[in-house]
Amino acid sequence: MTQHWDAIIVGGGHNGLVCAAYLARAGRKVLVLERRHVLGGAAVSEQIFPGFTFSVFSYVVSLLRPEIIRDLDLARHGLHILPLESTVTPLANGDYLAGWGDPDLTRREIYRHSPRDAEASKEYGRLMYFMAKAVKPILGMIPPDPTSLAPGDLRGMLRLGQHLRSLGTEQFNALYKLMTMSSADYLDEWFECEPLKATKSASGIIGTFMGPRSPGSAYVLLHHYMGEIDGAFRAWGFCKGGNGTVSKSIASAAQALGATLRTEAPVKQVLVKNGRATGVVLESGEECLADTVVSGLDARRTYLDLVESRELPTELLDQVRRFRFRGSSGKVNLALSELPDFSCMPGIGPQHRGAFSISPSVDYLERAYDDAKYGSFSRKPYMDIVFPSMIDPNMAPPGKHVASIFVQYCPYHLEGGWTDAKREAFGDAVINTLSEYAPNLKRAILHRQVLTPADIERTIGLSEGNIFQGELALQQLFFLRPAARWASYETPIHGYYQCGSSSHPGGGVMGAAGRLAARRILGVQ
Amino acid sequence: MLKTTPFHERTAPLILGNAWRRWSGYSVASTYDWLHDREYAAIRNSAGLLDISPLQKYLVSGPDAARLLDRMVTRNVAKTKVGQVLYTPWCDAHGKTIDDGTISRLDDTTFRLTAAEPSLRWLHLNAFGLKVEIRDISEELGALALQGPLSRAILNAVCEQPVDSLKYFRWMDNRIAGADLQVSRTGYTGDLGYELWVPAGKALPVWDVLIRKGADYGITPAGIWALDVARIEAGLVMADVDYHSAHHALIEDQKSSPFELSLDWTVNLDKEVFNGRQALKAEQARGIAWRFVGLEVDWDSFERLYTAVHLSPSLPTVAWRASVPIYRDGRQIGYASSGCWSPVLKKYLVLGHLRAPHYAPDTPVELEITVEHQRKRANAWVRKLPFFDPPRKKS
Repeated sequence: MTQHWDAIIVGGGHNGLVCAAYLARAGRKVLVLERRHVLGGAAVSEQIFPGFTFSVFSYVVSLLRPEIIRDLDLARHGLHILPLESTVTPLANGDYLAGWGDPDLTRREIYRHSPRDAEASKEYGRLMYFMAKAVKPILGMIPPDPTSLAPGDLRGMLRLGQHLRSLGTEQFNALYKLMTMSSADYLDEWFECEPLKATKSASGIIGTFMGPRSPGSAYVLLHHYMGEIDGAFRAWGFCKGGNGTVSKSIASAAQALGATLRTEAPVKQVLVKNGRATGVVLESGEECLADTVVSGLDARRTYLDLVESRELPTELLDQVRRFRFRGSSGKVNLALSELPDFSCMPGIGPQHRGAFSISPSVDYLERAYDDAKYGSFSRKPYMDIVFPSMIDPNMAPPGKHVASIFVQYCPYHLEGGWTDAKREAFGDAVINTLSEYAPNLKRAILHRQVLTPADIERTIGLSEGNIFQGELALQQLFFLRPAARWASYETPIHGYYQCGSSSHPGGGVMGAAGRLAARRILGVQ
Repeated sequence: MLKTTPFHERTAPLILGNAWRRWSGYSVASTYDWLHDREYAAIRNSAGLLDISPLQKYLVSGPDAARLLDRMVTRNVAKTKVGQVLYTPWCDAHGKTIDDGTISRLDDTTFRLTAAEPSLRWLHLNAFGLKVEIRDISEELGALALQGPLSRAILNAVCEQPVDSLKYFRWMDNRIAGADLQVSRTGYTGDLGYELWVPAGKALPVWDVLIRKGADYGITPAGIWALDVARIEAGLVMADVDYHSAHHALIEDQKSSPFELSLDWTVNLDKEVFNGRQALKAEQARGIAWRFVGLEVDWDSFERLYTAVHLSPSLPTVAWRASVPIYRDGRQIGYASSGCWSPVLKKYLVLGHLRAPHYAPDTPVELEITVEHQRKRANAWVRKLPFFDPPRKKS
């Protein structure tokens, strides 16, 4: 006897869970099917080494939509975001550049390097505040099709037009620049201090196979800036218990609203009858039937793996095949007997409660990209390092620590392919580079977990290990995400939807796609 | 860590109640005593000594120094004589106020600019193509304000050169405790007063001599709370309290032109082109939409609000800085931005912004007052600024 569901969500990543929670909230009978033993997709906390909890993949929260936190009452379900306020960039000459939570301290610190940049930084922040504000409504909008004359699309385009007009000249022009320029060029218009430009431009390359001098990277910069505007809601920081708690809190909310969540339930295929989704079949052979099937997986899996190709137009399949993934980031998680002592700022202090950024110059980042462009991992990579145990002591045994190191570039398409030996060589490059800044690092390592894009793909299913379910490049955004005409969470198969970050507004632990997909399914504009 | 001023070693032990405050990334005293009453009284009765070192200070020099400043500010700098000090605001291209400060002409081609906010970038942006050198001297120069009726007597007792002939808004070279420094007849209190521009390395001996010899004249270290009451009485506008810098404002409505700040007297539309000139000309022709005004709260109506709930009137002990609605005939016509009880005038004084046509002196308005958690309105009148203007200020 098979049970009949209103909706089945394939993939228990954070977007799938958000979508499930919103559907359940509207009274739908919802089943979530997750392949792994743990819910959360790329937002999971796991004890890879006994006593040490890693945010294995994603590791900070900056973009989680405040309306989701409110709607699902995530705070009641365990979400507790702790502040992560500083960034220290160690420099080759033994000095450093620090950005603190306090504006006066930050201004004085930048002043040491460039008095003019110290003031420019404040004005830049003000403009970026406007830019984040300018794109914010777009993030919460189901993308209209600009070529369509359907009333819903026309309404959407009108809203978009009105919104852009309301920006005013200065802001519209700045937005235009952000949409078209490279992050390095954009920042050159503002600053002269090399490590400052490099550290800011690093946000423009994260998760993307572009260098800071690649046109289009300025948009990614903005995408990451949007989290900071929510500083007002305190949604920028480190999640207590690691990023797995984000998923757990959403899962808990979904369950409380009546959704059923199953783990170790890999879906083999979506069942389609007469152009209509009717349910899914699990790898075990078990069939689950539903009126609506929602895929939280990326576009490649949603269109190419989960359904038979004959069910979809050839042109669409072609577009999806050309959707760019090209994972470019790796992750190194460390269990540590002691904290790394950075020679630029000796001792253990408040700097360890924030991030360290290995981004001494724009050239450094661009060279790191050059390595990847020609098929190798960066010998001197860009790194963003945080010590979650400094913020949440429960992440490691007392006196011990965990480090989360985001590394770029680590290309999926490594020349000759990835092997265990190459993974370890990549891990060595990371540790060796970091040891130049923190000489005690090597002796402090109790355990090291190295994740290449190939490992990310194998473990959590993200195609080519792309952390955004597809690059945040301009040609893959808004009404083109993941494909023209199919950016509104629907697919050509009736009752089959997509809710992952392959769709608008893209990646980061935002939950926006899951929420918008649910609204589309429920017929809410 | 916050920065400390060159006088910190002396001022820190005097702060009894740990009442520190932040000013431009420095720690300074809110009040030295438990309460600021005595410090305020000194400013009006003997002399208050205030550490104002966190001010931003720039040295602008070179053949084009006057041109740079004239391009930037609304007053005529070229006409300034050596030895003169100008108070002036400066604007963006739309005639909205960025900041205000003073310009001292040190010699033909050298000026010192003080500002509330860091202004190095703005100076550089305006200096493009000009032969001028701009130096941020904020940290190398300590600054003290000696304000009050006995300030002149104290300076005459400690300075090598008497200051009797130093006129209002002029400066002179002088020596105290063997230290070369400059004394200007300026201040932020509306009283007889001076400001001392002291090389940071000489700060402590200068402080010590002032305190020692000033004791006979009742010299009293005073903090920002005391200063705040004095500057409201003097009707002086404060950046980021009474107005938002055009560079920080988030929306147009948050910006103010010098006209809207009632600084008309500082705007010289006849001088050659300067930032905002066109916009200010147009604004003047159009009529000024807002004015920065003084309000005097009507005591009887204020008291009635309290007696109605069986309380006696409660006055602010410290000057407040908040946005409070102002009404006329039931409609909101503006907002207050600062207010305090004036011990010297025995009046409740308020500074605020009113829309045309409600800003004429003696217009009756109503100020929102919260009494026992309830919003009430007290009568008030628009008054000409400054509230307090003793003859000794310019004598």
